[in-house]
Amino acid sequence: MTVAQAAGKSGALEKYEAVIGIEIHCQLKTVSKMFCGCSTDIDGAAPNSHCCPVCLGLPGVLPTINKAAVEFVIATGFAIEATVASTTRWDRKNYFYPDLPKGYQISQYQLPLAANGRLTFDTSDGPFTVRVNRAHLEEDTGRLIHQDLDGRRVSLIDFNRSGMPLMEIVTEPNIRTAEQARRYAEELRLLMRTIGASDAEMENGQMRVEANVSIRPIGREAFGTRVEVKNMNSMRAVERAIAFEIERQAVAIDAGESIHMETRGWDEGSQSTYHMRPKEEENDYRYFPEPDLPPLLTTPEWLAEIKARLPELPATRRTRYREAYGLSAYDAGVLVNDAAATALFEGALAAGAGVPAKLLANWVTGEYMRLAKGEGSGGSTDPAELAALVKLVAAGAISGTNAKEIFAEHFASGAKVAAIVESRGFRQISDAGALGAAIDTVLAANPAAVADYRAGTLAAIGFLVGQVMKATRGQANAAMVQTALRERLDKV
Amino acid sequence: MNDLTRLSAHEMTALLRSGEVSSQALTEAHLAVAERQNRALNAWLAIYRADALAQATAADERIAEARHEGAAALNALHPLCGVPIGLKDLVSVKGGQATAGSKILQGYIAPFDSTVTARLRQAGAVILGKTNMDEFAMGSSCEHSAYGPTANPWDLTRVPGGSSGGSAAAVAAYHVPVSIGTDTGGSIRQPASLCGIVGLKPTYGRVSRYGIVAFASSLDQIGPFARDARDAAILLHAISGRDARDATSAPVEVPDELLKLPTSDDEAAGYLRGRRIALPREYFVEGMEPGVAARVREAVAAMEQAGAKVEEVSLPHTEYGLATYYIIAPAECSSNLARFDGVKYGLSDRTSGEYIADYLRTRGAGFGPEVKRRIMLGTYALSAGYYDAYYLKAQKVRTLIKADFDAVWAAGFDAICAPTSPTVAFPMGAKMADPVAMYLSDACTLPVNMAGLPGVSIPAGLSDGLPVGLQIIGAPWSELSMLRLARAYEGITARAPWRDLEPAELQLTDDPTTPSPIERKERLNAGASATGSGKA
Repeated sequence: MTVAQAAGKSGALEKYEAVIGIEIHCQLKTVSKMFCGCSTDIDGAAPNSHCCPVCLGLPGVLPTINKAAVEFVIATGFAIEATVASTTRWDRKNYFYPDLPKGYQISQYQLPLAANGRLTFDTSDGPFTVRVNRAHLEEDTGRLIHQDLDGRRVSLIDFNRSGMPLMEIVTEPNIRTAEQARRYAEELRLLMRTIGASDAEMENGQMRVEANVSIRPIGREAFGTRVEVKNMNSMRAVERAIAFEIERQAVAIDAGESIHMETRGWDEGSQSTYHMRPKEEENDYRYFPEPDLPPLLTTPEWLAEIKARLPELPATRRTRYREAYGLSAYDAGVLVNDAAATALFEGALAAGAGVPAKLLANWVTGEYMRLAKGEGSGGSTDPAELAALVKLVAAGAISGTNAKEIFAEHFASGAKVAAIVESRGFRQISDAGALGAAIDTVLAANPAAVADYRAGTLAAIGFLVGQVMKATRGQANAAMVQTALRERLDKV
Repeated sequence: MNDLTRLSAHEMTALLRSGEVSSQALTEAHLAVAERQNRALNAWLAIYRADALAQATAADERIAEARHEGAAALNALHPLCGVPIGLKDLVSVKGGQATAGSKILQGYIAPFDSTVTARLRQAGAVILGKTNMDEFAMGSSCEHSAYGPTANPWDLTRVPGGSSGGSAAAVAAYHVPVSIGTDTGGSIRQPASLCGIVGLKPTYGRVSRYGIVAFASSLDQIGPFARDARDAAILLHAISGRDARDATSAPVEVPDELLKLPTSDDEAAGYLRGRRIALPREYFVEGMEPGVAARVREAVAAMEQAGAKVEEVSLPHTEYGLATYYIIAPAECSSNLARFDGVKYGLSDRTSGEYIADYLRTRGAGFGPEVKRRIMLGTYALSAGYYDAYYLKAQKVRTLIKADFDAVWAAGFDAICAPTSPTVAFPMGAKMADPVAMYLSDACTLPVNMAGLPGVSIPAGLSDGLPVGLQIIGAPWSELSMLRLARAYEGITARAPWRDLEPAELQLTDDPTTPSPIERKERLNAGASATGSGKA
């Protein structure tokens, strides 16, 4: 039994309403760091190999703004229908920690690049809109590594991550269920990937999701005490951790306990949250305007340019797929949620003039995604080849079963569809003359079945169709075979 | 050449180009004096003999090559090529120390050049060493250095001013013809005034701050010390200009005319004719020494006589300058100095094994009392609940102070003339017990930083045998015309007797029995009377 089910069972959500706000940090996909020229290609790099005086915070260094990072946040702002600031400012967030080399983080406090946005997506209960408070830009910290060295417990610091550009996106607390929270994070991840702002892989920290969760009796206005939940390293973890936390709080309140302001971590092993640290008082970060960076003016021309560069966004694309191609909302959703599937679908449409879109979509969401997600899915699909295959199927030139085999072979080997059809002799026999000969042979060889059919056991025709298909090694057009068989058997 | 150290930088340029003197010889002569006299002055925290001589050799080669190529190539060299220079010890020089006068940066070696350093190298200047300063540039007497105070060559019992006291004393004592200082509230102009030399604080954004250990980012500027206006102009030219590494540096052209200030005194004096000079009444305040006020008024009268039009003006928000400054500068410094935590470089106390406790120990031991005071002031001013009342309010007053100056420029004035410091050099220890008395030393200079304006202090005679500085304040980016005015004043006072005076106690610095400033401070601290050099 999952926690979510448990929550449902105990009735937490019948008595209480959850109030959830989400903060997401996305590592932006820029070539260089936020305030210096260091490469962002730090995955797997030796510790402290990607830093310079600036991101090490040495005495006397100054930050310079990475324009690409700013543009990614502005693009995100447009994508979530936020207000993009005409002038934005940088602020210092002051606190001491060994992974923070300057003793402050350059962030945006009073004038974020984007504010008042929203993001709409489907859930099992229908469409839901999360209101986004703000999206702003800041720099990442270094990373502490605690380990034993020569029998001593030590903390090592890797500053490679220091100064990596981060976008922080904060929602209003208008999320009510764990599913909405997960779906929001998924939709935002999709948006990041669509814009190209971030790869947003949760597993390696490119996307970090934190949730503020509180509950209150249904109908009450005042917020309950909120708990911050961290360490959720997958979308599934986001949903489960929040569901667990709602249930935990409900059980506690029912038992007459009070909820404490605290930060809790999600433990994948025990599928539960655990206390990390108390949060009794808000930290005083002593924000003030960063004097090393002048305010940034975003000219209307620049903004228009960024807006014009935006690719088609997921929501628009889903609508287009439904309206232009007649796809179901579900199929459109499945297609758009998978970037590779979208690319294949769009590529095949572009490569094969006249390819039936709906059938193509079925192939992408069905066979392609099954293979791509299957074990040993090292294969690939050429959009033009998929288009050719779907056209053959649509024309009735290949049977559905054979088409799947052809696709599997293409996916595994990359061989051309035409070549596979040729070499395996998969072209469907739809020629009445050729079929007639095969049918005659089968009828002659199976007098018992013929007799059964004529005696009224109409199901016997199925056996006979099967025999014709066997005789033609599956190439016969099954529908034509059935019609032809009926004609002959009913004639006499 | 009798004494190479008495040459100005522009005189050195001419001799270097004609081949009459080598940078090697110049550098050796200056090194020798600096090394010999530093015990008694403590102007230098580091002297780079080997590096300096290597740079001198390289400069000599560049000059020889250019001479071989012809006049055009020689003229293409920067006038500073081959000229010795001193850098305040907060300017990063790759491979060298940058203590900022603090114990907390002891042992730190900069792995990169500041932009100023890089530009000086490009010009071919010879970096002689690093000069003493108030810790993190916080102070007006150089007594807040963790490495002992610097003495004023005019009176070794007195302070050279601060925070760039080492750079000022080194130029006044002929250890170098020019040096680099930084000015956040007066730290170039006030020591220039107290040491009787020229010190210029450029317009905010004129000189890149990249690689300069920060005190208060929105106020800090880097500028030249020199013994005359022409040398100050030459050094300013070398270090100025937009730098991609400093987002607050401005894309404003650096005029080449800085290299061509008039050589003739009469020609220079001609610049004064028709200039409109404003005299702000709020700058002649109570607490100002009469001798200082008198010298400044005489200087202005001399300019008037030479054709300038002088009018009294009001800068009504001047009285709020000090209070405002002591919110904004500490607020910024409390954040800028947070990086000194003992984790990465410099002083580090890791005995507790717990990071917060280690921070407290490191910072407790590494920072001096004045720095701690300002970190606390600034932290307080930025704290939740106080931010609006202090920091935000101070920023608003800052805007008003700037508006006062804007009104003067809008009225068509070319410059404002005022005292640089309300006093001449004061005795060591005189203001150490009273921070506010020390802060008042900068009452006439810090409004200029608040407004981001350029200001230059030039010698205007003596009071009680000690130098008085005249401050010329200009509109943004008007350094050239300010320096022309400064040069003009030199022109009209060229024959004044005080012009020929050398710092009165310079000779004593060669005497091995003269106490060092560190010894003087120890005596002061021990409560013994500082008999010092015997000066009254």
